[in-house]
Amino acid sequence: MKAYEKIVEKLIIVCAIISTISVVLITVFIFRSGLPILMNYGVIDFIFGTNWSPTNGNYGILPLIAGTLSVTLGALIIGVPMGIASAIILSEILPGKVARVFKSAIELLAGIPSVVYGFFGLIVLVPAIRTFILPIVQLVVPKATTTGFSIFAGAIILAIMILPTIVSISENSIKAVPREFREASLALGANKMETIVRVIIPAAKSGIIASIILGMGRAIGETMAVILITGNMPKIPGGPLDSVATLTGTIAMEMGYADATHQQALFAVGIILFMIIMLLNAIAQISAHGLRGNN
Amino acid sequence: MKKILIIGLTLALALGTLTACGAKTEPTATGLTGKVVVAGSTSVQPLSEELASAFMDINPDVTIEIQGGGSGVGIKAAQDKIADFGSSSRELKAEEKATIANEYVIAKDGVAVVLDPANTVTDLSLDQIKQIFTGKITNWKEVGGADAPIVVVSREEGSGTRGAFVEITKVSEKDAAGTAVDNTTKDALVQPSTGAVKTTVANTPNTIGYISIGALDDTVKAIKVEGIDATEANVLAGDYKISRPFLYLSNTELTPAAQAFLDFILSAEGQAIVAKDFIPVQ
Repeated sequence: MKAYEKIVEKLIIVCAIISTISVVLITVFIFRSGLPILMNYGVIDFIFGTNWSPTNGNYGILPLIAGTLSVTLGALIIGVPMGIASAIILSEILPGKVARVFKSAIELLAGIPSVVYGFFGLIVLVPAIRTFILPIVQLVVPKATTTGFSIFAGAIILAIMILPTIVSISENSIKAVPREFREASLALGANKMETIVRVIIPAAKSGIIASIILGMGRAIGETMAVILITGNMPKIPGGPLDSVATLTGTIAMEMGYADATHQQALFAVGIILFMIIMLLNAIAQISAHGLRGNN
Repeated sequence: MKKILIIGLTLALALGTLTACGAKTEPTATGLTGKVVVAGSTSVQPLSEELASAFMDINPDVTIEIQGGGSGVGIKAAQDKIADFGSSSRELKAEEKATIANEYVIAKDGVAVVLDPANTVTDLSLDQIKQIFTGKITNWKEVGGADAPIVVVSREEGSGTRGAFVEITKVSEKDAAGTAVDNTTKDALVQPSTGAVKTTVANTPNTIGYISIGALDDTVKAIKVEGIDATEANVLAGDYKISRPFLYLSNTELTPAAQAFLDFILSAEGQAIVAKDFIPVQ
């Protein structure tokens, strides 16, 4: 091996070690900063307490967990069908040239900074929900009120933000389905729609699930856009038009002004966020393996 | 061979960093050199920056670094002596006062209560404000407005503006054990900055929020509190009830540069800069 190759190799190893150490250090740091308050306040009280008012010494984060999960779930309900449908259209239905235009447009979404999404949501979506969606809802539930700062607004914006992830990964896995699968299906007399639904999607499902997991990860972790449009109200929501506060949003908003215990509590919120993401990843991995096993 | 190369490169980098840190500037006419770090309240930050740039025009060899973070960060910075001045936009609590040697009031600020411009209410008492922000009054008709639900907009937990506001309006009250409890309604929208509160109140019907008097503009409507307009003159005269001090805190012997900066702030020239957006104290 040439001398420079060895140097490059060593450099790469150093880079790998640095990134691994960073992960370990961050984990250790978050746990060290957050664990004392989890222990003192009580893990159960912390996770299932419904009152988040750090100034008063109440650190119940159930409203924040409910906020994060509801916004994320909403984003997935809107974003996943749209994303998978786009992936199918792009890879199976549209001719190559047209598909490329659509694809680059969707990929461009990934390059927009999240604060811009948030600002767009604040100026366009929030008033739109108040003026257009609310009257429609009031036809069914006359007492409904909303300021527009809501789970619904957050879910729409997050759905758009996770689209590029879902579309590009799903599309890749759909494209990776061997040509013979399509040919065999068509040869057996299935039409194009039946081939897509019965053959291609099942064959590509581990990739599609992976795309949903990654999208979900982005939705849970998103902070800036969510702060601007969900209203940051630490209260368990009663419906999609209610305001909520999320785990990430609360950490970002309150860290700057937090005194010692409050800061520890925010790190403890970080621990819970960490756990939620680990748990979801684990569930997703297991289900992806399970599904693959059925093929 | 390659090891020598790597070590050599590392050393070169390290040396470069060190020399950059140690670089000293030559004294000029005023003779003052050095660096002053001010960390803390984001409410005080814009004022500090303006004061710093005016000061550095006169003393080009002094660098003043203004960092944000919040009043909590400012108090901690002064306690831990990691900044020359920690800044705070709220009065120190008794236990904080005990840990900080020097406290300088550099300016005063009033907190204005703002409504969306379409609202017809023009005057609220401190008690009505308290009832609204604690969620006891929930409809504008109860305070002489239209029949519409009140949407409360608050700042985030720990914010200096919120701290000042809830304390003065008694939204925060001491409980039986003597600890202050912030009773801001859980139905309040929370926005993380003055700008965000202003945008929210300006664009959302039936909202009520609070921002610093220095940040008032035409997009929102400031109401009278106890019949007194939210103006700087009224804050200084002590008539306008919702006001707060801007503090510089220090726990160490001031460096000559820091002392000069403080003197400048409290001089006529410095206070003239304060007067642009806030209320001078000298």
